Amino acid sequence: MGIELNRRSVLTALAAAGGGLTLGFGPAARVLAAGATASKLNTYVTVHGDGRVTIMAQNPEIGQGVKTSIPQLVAEELDVDWSAVSIEQALADTAVYGRQVAGGSMATTLQYEPLRRMGATARAMLVAAAAARWGVPAGECTTAHGVVLHPASGRALGYGDVAADAAKLPVPDAASVRLKDPAAFAIIGKPLTGVDNRKLVTGVPLFGIDTRLPGMVYASFEKCPVFGGTIKSADLGKAKAIKGVIDIYVVPGNGNPAVTGLSAGVAIVADSWWTANRARDALAIVWDDGAMAGASSAGLAAKAAALAKLPPQQSVVSTTDFDAALAGAAKRVDAVYSYPYLAHAPMEPMNCTAQVSGGKVEIWAPTQNPEPGRAQVAAALGIAPADITIHMTRCGGGFGRRLTNEYMVEAAVIAAKAGRPVKLIWSREQDMQHSTYRPAGFHNLSAGIDASGKLTAWRNHFVSFGRDGKFAKSAQIAPGLFPDGFVENINIGASMQPTPLDTGFLRAPVSNAFGFVFQSFLDECAVAAGVDPLAYRRQILGAPRIVGEVKSGHAGLDTGRTRAVLDTVAKAAGWGRNVAPRSGLGIAFYYSHFGYFASVAEVKVADDGSVQVVKVWVAGDCGRQVVNPSGANNQIVGSTLDAINSTLNQAITVADGRVEQHNFDDYLLLRMPDAPPVEVTMVTSDNPPTGLGEPAYPPVPAAIGNAIFAATGVRVRSLPVDPALLKKV
Amino acid sequence: MVYTLSVNGKATRLDVEGEMPLLWALREVCDLPGTKFGCGIAQCGACTVLLDGVAVRSCQTPVASVGTGKVVTIEGVGASKHGKALQDAWVAGDVAQCGYCQAGQIMSAAALLAVTPAPSDSEIDAAMAGNLCRCATYPRIRAAIHAAAKGV
Repeated sequence: MGIELNRRSVLTALAAAGGGLTLGFGPAARVLAAGATASKLNTYVTVHGDGRVTIMAQNPEIGQGVKTSIPQLVAEELDVDWSAVSIEQALADTAVYGRQVAGGSMATTLQYEPLRRMGATARAMLVAAAAARWGVPAGECTTAHGVVLHPASGRALGYGDVAADAAKLPVPDAASVRLKDPAAFAIIGKPLTGVDNRKLVTGVPLFGIDTRLPGMVYASFEKCPVFGGTIKSADLGKAKAIKGVIDIYVVPGNGNPAVTGLSAGVAIVADSWWTANRARDALAIVWDDGAMAGASSAGLAAKAAALAKLPPQQSVVSTTDFDAALAGAAKRVDAVYSYPYLAHAPMEPMNCTAQVSGGKVEIWAPTQNPEPGRAQVAAALGIAPADITIHMTRCGGGFGRRLTNEYMVEAAVIAAKAGRPVKLIWSREQDMQHSTYRPAGFHNLSAGIDASGKLTAWRNHFVSFGRDGKFAKSAQIAPGLFPDGFVENINIGASMQPTPLDTGFLRAPVSNAFGFVFQSFLDECAVAAGVDPLAYRRQILGAPRIVGEVKSGHAGLDTGRTRAVLDTVAKAAGWGRNVAPRSGLGIAFYYSHFGYFASVAEVKVADDGSVQVVKVWVAGDCGRQVVNPSGANNQIVGSTLDAINSTLNQAITVADGRVEQHNFDDYLLLRMPDAPPVEVTMVTSDNPPTGLGEPAYPPVPAAIGNAIFAATGVRVRSLPVDPALLKKV
Repeated sequence: MVYTLSVNGKATRLDVEGEMPLLWALREVCDLPGTKFGCGIAQCGACTVLLDGVAVRSCQTPVASVGTGKVVTIEGVGASKHGKALQDAWVAGDVAQCGYCQAGQIMSAAALLAVTPAPSDSEIDAAMAGNLCRCATYPRIRAAIHAAAKGV
């Protein structure tokens, strides 16, 4: 598998303020080297005079653990003790750091080698400085625990003692520095606890919502409950009269909100957020609901069913004579699968604090993707992007919701008018009703099976969302997805209707839904073929090889790695063992984000149809090295429990163009008593290390649905699982 | 109106409206932002504080209702042996993912250990069922509560 690493690898040495060595990527670091001494913020590594090391965390921390795991890479090759390392969160500055996005589970994939080289290059310079001072060849020196050693003479110099000298040396070519033998790793591969843990458990402010500035006031922003709606009229009088309300006014919006981030609405500024939020209830706004006024979930489903009866609006991939092949199959399986919109609902509601003064903007934002927000703020305020500073605060969950930045634009616009710092917070109800939803979807599937049980034809007419032939975000289907490449005759087509809800990226976008559909329907094929679901999957995967091409960040599916995780999870779960009546085991796999994952779920279905997931076993392969096994396990267990919950409990529905759910009383999150044990086994393969925030999710819904079939004989074809269909008859 | 509340052992003077939820008084007036806003309707438990040792949802607790009750927040819970043990167990067990709900989780756990020093799994589940974790760190929360109970 090849992954293109297009990160700049040029390193630059510069003297840190206070006389240490700092190394940075890219042009801004070179600017600093040329004489600007004002700031160390645009650098990765600083070795202080006392030997302590500061490593910059460049990516947003949303709970995926990158603030710990990525600096581990640098520290390992620098050869310092982890206890001597402090982590500092970097500002948003793509010119210095390159990609600063919490998305796509890409941090490990992209940074595993470049940031090790960053550490190794710094180490090489420290060694060179010590060797020069001793007058010995650098090759005779070694390092350990932040100290350069010359074994032949028994001499030693701490990194802090040679850091100033090292900063004056030319930077070695990053490609030429020697990286550690993984067998010698002391930091990579160790289950280190999160660097913010102590602060988190003692209430130290870390999150965006905790931002506090002198003179700060609080804001809420009321938008049309229908996406794309605008204001006909607004009576603000009652709200204005509430004690503590400082200002209240209509914001006209700014073009297409999906592009600008700014919808029409009413801004309320008050001396507390409680008051600002309460004042929303006193608003009398007449909305123009716009084009989506009448939309409903029932209407969308009816339209999807009507579209399914027509030929697909577009062909995605098709072999010749597909219809004849399907017609000629010994057995045929047909099914319609569907799943609902989902909201991310991270625990920290959307919020942002902004200060606009003297033509400069300063922003404190829990965002997964700061740069597009900077561009939107720049456009909304007419201020140059370079005059906008963005502090990436810790995020109270992301799950893809914070890849868009409406809250950032809203806060900046309100702060510009307020002339003082403003903290904008969305209520939970606003978060629930203005998410960037995982799109619903409808899959019309047919499969052909020959007399020997072999899957010979697979058709999917995917009815999704979009406009003018262009899919909405996360609503697309592409060729090359399993079982494309594994079945002789394939036919994938798509049709679309406009979505009333803005869509976006939810943990394992696309895969989180397709995993359910494809791995459930595959199970139906196995049943039709009379073959055990695990054996059927192994059969289809065949001999170890890579199927599909490597292009634009997507690699083909490695059947050997897939089979390894399937076999591992099957063994762990005791696949094939007897279970109690109305209990069952289900298995599924999925490949996404370069990660190979398989799950087995054990379920127990009560006579009233309610489903208990008893346990889930997971096997995963993310390459040859897990950077932080503790954080990795957290991500895998969390993804699995997340998927259990969405499978059983979650749906966002639409009526009158509005989201019908409001808060955690009607959009449920998993609670502790319902969280089953999740047993994780990692499979190591000789492949580049890849990320773990998402790929454990996609197989889980199908594993549960397949287990429910095993327990009851009822096939789950629509999410969330409907207990009414599973009652004992 | 002026209220004097006992917050983390200190008499704290607040000039706020009586119906202001304790959550917002703590966060915005007392500058104690460790107590978190999650839902505003007592469904998620992120805002949990101790009121006379009992876990309450501060988003649904008006300041006027607190009276002479002793309020303990995540910033102050470490002063108790259970609170400190829980904080240490949370760190050692690497419980947090995003971490946003964990203050509320610890406060509920502190209330549990105060009355049930060696809880069973089901006692933990029952006591913690009102605290949501979107990252679903529940297995580690359970383990950390057991570890804290043993450590005290």
